[in-house]
Formats: sequence, structure tokens, C-alpha cells
Amino acid sequence: MEYVKLINCMRCGMCLPQCPTYKETFLETASPRGRVALMRKIEEGDLEVSERLLEYLSLCLDCQACASACPCGVNAGEMVAGYRCERRDGKELSTMENLILRRLLPHPDRLEAATAPMRLYQRTGLQKVVRKLGILKMFPPTLERMEGLLPELPVKPLRQTIDEVTPAVGPERGTIGFFLGCVMSLVFSEASYATVKLLSSLGYRVVTPKAQKCCGAPNMLSGDREGLLDAARFNVDLFAGHRLDFIVTDCGGCGAELKKYGHHLEDDSRAATFSAQVRDITQVLALHADELKAKLNPLSLKVTYHDPCHIAHCQGIRQEPRTLLRIVPELDFRELPEADACCGSGGTYNIEKPEMSDRVLRRKVENIKATGADVLVTANPGCLLQLRKALAQETPPIRVLHVTEVLAASLLPPLL
Amino acid sequence: MDVSFISELKSIVGEEHTLADKESLACYGYDSTPEYESRPGAVVLPANEEEICRIMARCHAAGVPVTPRGSGTNLSGGSLGRPEGVVVQTSRLNSIVEIDEENLTATVQPGVVTSALHRAVEAKGLFYPPDPGSMNISTIGGNVAENAGGLRGLKYGVTADYVMGLHTALPDGSLLRTGGKAVKDVAGYNLNQLLVSSEGTLGLFTEVTVKLIPKPQAKKTMLVHFPVLENAALAVSHIVAARVIPATLEFMDRVTVKCIEDYAKVGLPLDVEAVLLIEVDGHPAQVEEDAVAVRRICAEHHCSSFQTAADADEALKLATARRVALSSLARVKPTTILEDATVPRSCIAPMVKFIQDTARKYNLTIGTFGHAGDGNLHPTCLTDERDKDEIARAHKAFEEIFDTALAMGGTITGEHGVGLSKKKYLPRLVGESGIRVMQGIKQAFDPTGILNPGKVF
Repeated sequence: MEYVKLINCMRCGMCLPQCPTYKETFLETASPRGRVALMRKIEEGDLEVSERLLEYLSLCLDCQACASACPCGVNAGEMVAGYRCERRDGKELSTMENLILRRLLPHPDRLEAATAPMRLYQRTGLQKVVRKLGILKMFPPTLERMEGLLPELPVKPLRQTIDEVTPAVGPERGTIGFFLGCVMSLVFSEASYATVKLLSSLGYRVVTPKAQKCCGAPNMLSGDREGLLDAARFNVDLFAGHRLDFIVTDCGGCGAELKKYGHHLEDDSRAATFSAQVRDITQVLALHADELKAKLNPLSLKVTYHDPCHIAHCQGIRQEPRTLLRIVPELDFRELPEADACCGSGGTYNIEKPEMSDRVLRRKVENIKATGADVLVTANPGCLLQLRKALAQETPPIRVLHVTEVLAASLLPPLL
Repeated sequence: MDVSFISELKSIVGEEHTLADKESLACYGYDSTPEYESRPGAVVLPANEEEICRIMARCHAAGVPVTPRGSGTNLSGGSLGRPEGVVVQTSRLNSIVEIDEENLTATVQPGVVTSALHRAVEAKGLFYPPDPGSMNISTIGGNVAENAGGLRGLKYGVTADYVMGLHTALPDGSLLRTGGKAVKDVAGYNLNQLLVSSEGTLGLFTEVTVKLIPKPQAKKTMLVHFPVLENAALAVSHIVAARVIPATLEFMDRVTVKCIEDYAKVGLPLDVEAVLLIEVDGHPAQVEEDAVAVRRICAEHHCSSFQTAADADEALKLATARRVALSSLARVKPTTILEDATVPRSCIAPMVKFIQDTARKYNLTIGTFGHAGDGNLHPTCLTDERDKDEIARAHKAFEEIFDTALAMGGTITGEHGVGLSKKKYLPRLVGESGIRVMQGIKQAFDPTGILNPGKVF
């Protein structure tokens, strides 16, 4: 850790009211300012790295709301994540980490095969039986939480069904490379299908290279820098072969990571070009908001929008999704209080730190309910998973959709 | 701190709300004041008035020092505890007890964040004017203890002007109730006002009642550039002399403007010596009239550009320059020493000039911005704490700046409080008799000296 980054924190406290874990606990150790202080104390030799200290640091959701709020440009969230990587240096990955990060995620076909039993599990009705009988109570609580988060999976992942090239509708205005992302393709394939169709309806030719691998963000979260770099090199190579105007993703987490490839692979100029081409789907659609507006049908829905951390804080995208929702005729858009506060999903945080995750989520749900909206829109798979599960339990249930699903439903003729 | 005392604290506030591990305590060794550090013996987060009184009584009996703390945004070291003492963090006492629309008052717990109070009262068409720069973080309890100011001080005054009633826990655990909802109250000494700006040395607030006013119907925001510093300062004096009292009259000097433009790219010209942000509010007709007068006076003082916001969005854009002043300065170097030297407003120009000359003399970068309308300036020295020589020069420069402020009839702190960092200057301001009277008052409230010891004097 660079010492100067630590002393840059002027301790003004501007980060405190933005930090989801501080808001829940009011504890300085659970605040960005406190986390920076802890890392600084270690550097200065005032504190040793103890289990308790690591526990305090690990309470960070890595939502980076602190970075948005910091006057001095300190990114406490990223520093904590970097610290995890540093501590990992030289240590072997555990068997489970090795399995997921090295053997499964980099191979989309294996990942898809691995989730096939889950699809079967749902389609045969076994899931209903298992849930009803409470069989999961016999297994470790993390497994039960993971099972509970699982929404109904599509019949096939989008990677298997989408054409490698989707032609433009009407005169072609450019070519877009589509980065699928693991969870979007596996779980939210309908939303991603809508992404491709919206782009082609606006005159873009969409190239979806099927060999693409996971963006590498899960590796980074687990401190596996090598795995991240492998993924980055592979994806840069793959997309460099096409002449693209933009590389688009509808996953906030992937977008944030892909935009950092140039930084990760400093010696490869193609990585910088790759990163400069990356756009979140909402950015590209908002470019054509007027044109899109003319093609939309009325949707009389009460809608609110949750800013995913990886979109608002990591990529600074706030206006575009709102612009897109506001152009839908008859759609009643309501601003969400604390819209850019984390929903508690945080990668695998909701599995690893269930108690804090639930507290953060509860606050989000209360805010959503207060808007009176009947649809919650967001733009990142982690948030979609977390909020779909939580909002399905409300009475009446609140639907959760990706921005592209709303636009696709409003598009004339309807896409979905 | 001894284990049995910590378990007594736990029995009052609960295990979860008593912190004594070294990692937690390391995170309470600082507030927002650079260069000051002191690790407390324990930290407690009480849930209500009763728990605060019990903590006080227990600490009093054991002779253990108590330091109150809200969000730790103090800029004079006032919320730092002692190694043998307890820090009481009030963040959990965060409810707005009542907004009384008939009496125009709000009663809140001390841990309510200032901007939360703003939102709550403004939703009812009412207004709580004090708006310290830290208002999104700092608590009302802390605002009262430090008598916090803010950007609207010129027209609306400071926290003290709005505090009507207090509940204060005294060292023996008893509760002192001062003031209340009665607008007029002349019974006995004005303990209420005495407690405001007492910096946690006389008692711990457990409830605060503040005065509200109707929300101004309209406002207009203006951003004005001046190629010559003296002209900006004269414009400030002449606006007030023309009987126009803007809600906000903020100043930024050349160093600040350059840093803002470098980092935030808000479109400020680099050839100006000063920028003023002016906001007038009130009845729409009055606002129009005031805006015209402000424009005329600025033109008479040779401003090079005068922008008026057409709507709220544009007002926000113009105000951005002032709002990001501290941020922009803070990004230049790691250690930002922000002071609050304050002078009568007729002395703004000579004071800013003196600060610039002093910065040159000691080879320092000092950006000055602040509340020109009320003479409250924030000379901000950009340093690197690893450069001991630079830090020493910064201290010498500030010593001269404070002495000059005093010589001009000003004061050593306009809104941050004395705490630890200004206490050596206090005798120069209030004299021997001033210190003697203050110590006598301290003795009356806190005979054993357990309340925030070492602060103020």
C-alpha cells in the first residue's frame, strides 16, 4: 500500500453518511475513514494485522460510495480491496477458490454445464419440493442462502442462443461488440437479449464473440490478481480482432472492470483502446434517446430506479438510466431516496456477511416501498438477484427489471 | 482502562455499544483536525438521555474524564478523548422528537445530522438556517457545542441565534434544563447561551430545541469575478453598506480559484484575483431589487464577469465553485490545514493580502476562501505532514495570521472552536480576567474537572 494514499485522507468525514455499513452501525471501524485509519496504523507499525482487524476491513461492501463523496480523491473501498490482494500475495488459492476462479469462471461452457443441474432442479419441480420440505435446513446456512437467491433460470444461457452477428435494422450506423457477462447470460438472458435487440433496432450491427471469458472481477474480489490478468489478456485479444465503435455490456460489474483493463495491462496499448471503447448499455441508448423515444409505446407503470454501485460510483453513470426511463410515455418515474446506496449484494458479500447484508438490504427495501413504485428498475445482475428475492416477498410484490427490459417492453413492436 | 470499569460501561449501554479493543480505539484517536491524535480508553454509544446521565454519574464517581463526540468532524481537536477517559458518541440519539409548527420550534436529540433537520423542517415549509460546511455529517449536538456557523451566517446568524432550549447532563448525572419554547425569557443568568460553544467542557447535551423561521419564498444566486482583490473586498463592504444583506456572500482568492479550475473544470477564469458567490433570498420582489443593487455595486467595482442563475439547476452550478473549494485545495497536497481566522468585514481586503504576503514570506501555498460577508475567512495551508520543516513554517505563518486578526479587532476562531489547537491564542483574545471568569464557570459546572479536560484552556 502506498503510504501517501493513506495520508491523503484528511479525515473530514464526508464519507461517513455515504457508507452503508457506517449508516447501520455508527461505528468508526465500519466507516471508510476508519478503514483508512486502520490500514495507516498497520503501515506505521502502530497496529498488527489481527483477525479482528481483518474482520473490520472485510465488512466493507466495496460499493465505493466513499470515493464519490471524498473531497481528496481517496478511494477507501478500492484501497481495502487492494489490501486484500496484497495480503493474498504468495498464498495459494483454496481448493474451492481454485475450482471457481480458475477452472469454472474462465470457461463459459463449463460454467453453463455446471448450472445445468440447477435448471433441471427448477424445471422438474424438485426446487419446490426441497423448499417446501425445508431440506436445506439440514445443510450449512450459506448453501440455503445461495439457493434462496436463485431466481428461475432461463431454458438456455444467451451465449448459446444468440447469433455471433446480429445485423442492424435499417441503415447501419456502426458496429458494437457485446460483452455478455456470466450472470447476465446465465440468469438474465432475457434482459441481455433485449440489449442486443435495442442496439440493432437503433442501427447497430452487434458482434457477440462466443469465446469471451468472465471479466475477471470475481478474481479481483478474492485477491486473485493473476486470474484477473489472464481474463483481461484473453478478452482484449478476442475483441481486438473486430472493428468496433463501442464494446457494450449490460452488467455494471463487468463494465467497471472492463474499463480498468487499460490500467491493469499497462504495457499493452490495445488494452487502453479496449477500455476506452467500453460503454454501459445505458450510455449508448441515452445517446439516441430522442430517436428511441419516437419508437416507444406507453407503459403505465410506477417506476423507481436503484443506482448499482458499479454503475453510479465506479463509472459515474447516474443520468443516463433516468433519461431512458423518463422517455417512456405514461411511465411515472419516482426518485428513490438514497438511490445510490448499496443494496447489500456486493459480489458474494450477501453470502459471506449475511447479517450486515440483510441490514443494508432492509433499508433499501424500505426506501423502495416509500416511493409507492410497482416496478424497481436497475442495471446490474447482483442487484437484480438481491432485490428480486427481497421484493418478491413484499405484499403486493414489487417487480424488478433491468432498464433494457423496460425499454424492450415499450418498444414498437414489442420485443419480449 | 481497567477491565472492571469497562464492564460497568457495558452494563449501562450494552456489550455491543462499548468499544475497548485496540483496533476500535485507534479509530477514535482522531477527529477532522490535522496533526492531533489521542487514543481514548473506551468509547460508548448510548441510546438515550438516561444512559448518558448514568455514564456521567459513573465517570464522575470514578474520576474518569468524559469527551462527547458526534461524527468527529471537529476542526480544533475538541472531540479527542483522553487515554484514561471515555468518549461518548451520540450518533444513536438521532431522532427528531418534534417539529412544533405553532411555536416554530424543532426539538431533536443531539445525534441528529444537521442536513436531516434541514430536510425535515423544509418539508413543512420551515427553515433552520445554520448550514456549516460539514452539515451532511456533523450533528446538532456538535453544532451547538461549537456554535457552528456556515454559509448563511451573514443574514441569518449562527447556531447560537437558534438555540432556544437545552437538556444537559451534568457530571453528577443530574439533568439541567435551560431555556425552552418561550420566545422571551430573562430569568436569571442566560445559561442556555453559555452552554452554546462550551465545547463539551460544561455538560453533555441530551436534547436541543431550536428556533425555526419561515422558508424564504425566493432566492437568486450570482457568481462574480474580480481582476483586483481590493475591488472584491470593497464590493462586499458596499453591498452591506447599501442595506442589502445577502444570505450568502462568499469569497475565493486566486490560489483557490486556480485549484478549483485545475481539478473541477467549472470554467473559472485564471486571470482573476477573487471570486464572489452571492445569494439573496426572501420575498420575490425584494429578491429582484436586491439582485439589481448587487449587480450595480459589483459593476461599480469593476467586476470582469457577472453571472446570474436562471433557475435552481443553474444556481447549483454556480454554487459548485464555492462548494468544491475545499475539495480542490485538499487534492493538491496530503495535509490540509484549514483555519478560521475572522475579522470585521471592513478588514477582509487587508487580511487576505496579509495572508498572501505571509504565505510568500514562509514559502507556503495558502488558499483563502470563506464567508466574506461575516469576515470569517478560511486560510487553508497545503502541506505534507512528512515535511517537518514545512509544517513548522505553516505554524509560524498561522501564528502571525492570528495575531494580525486580533490586531484588526477580529478573533482566533469564527466557527471551529478553541479545542486543543487554538488554546494557546485564547488568553491573547480574552485576557487574564477572561480566562479567570471562564475557569470559575467551569468550576461551577464541573468541580472535579472530568468534562473534556484540556480543551479551551
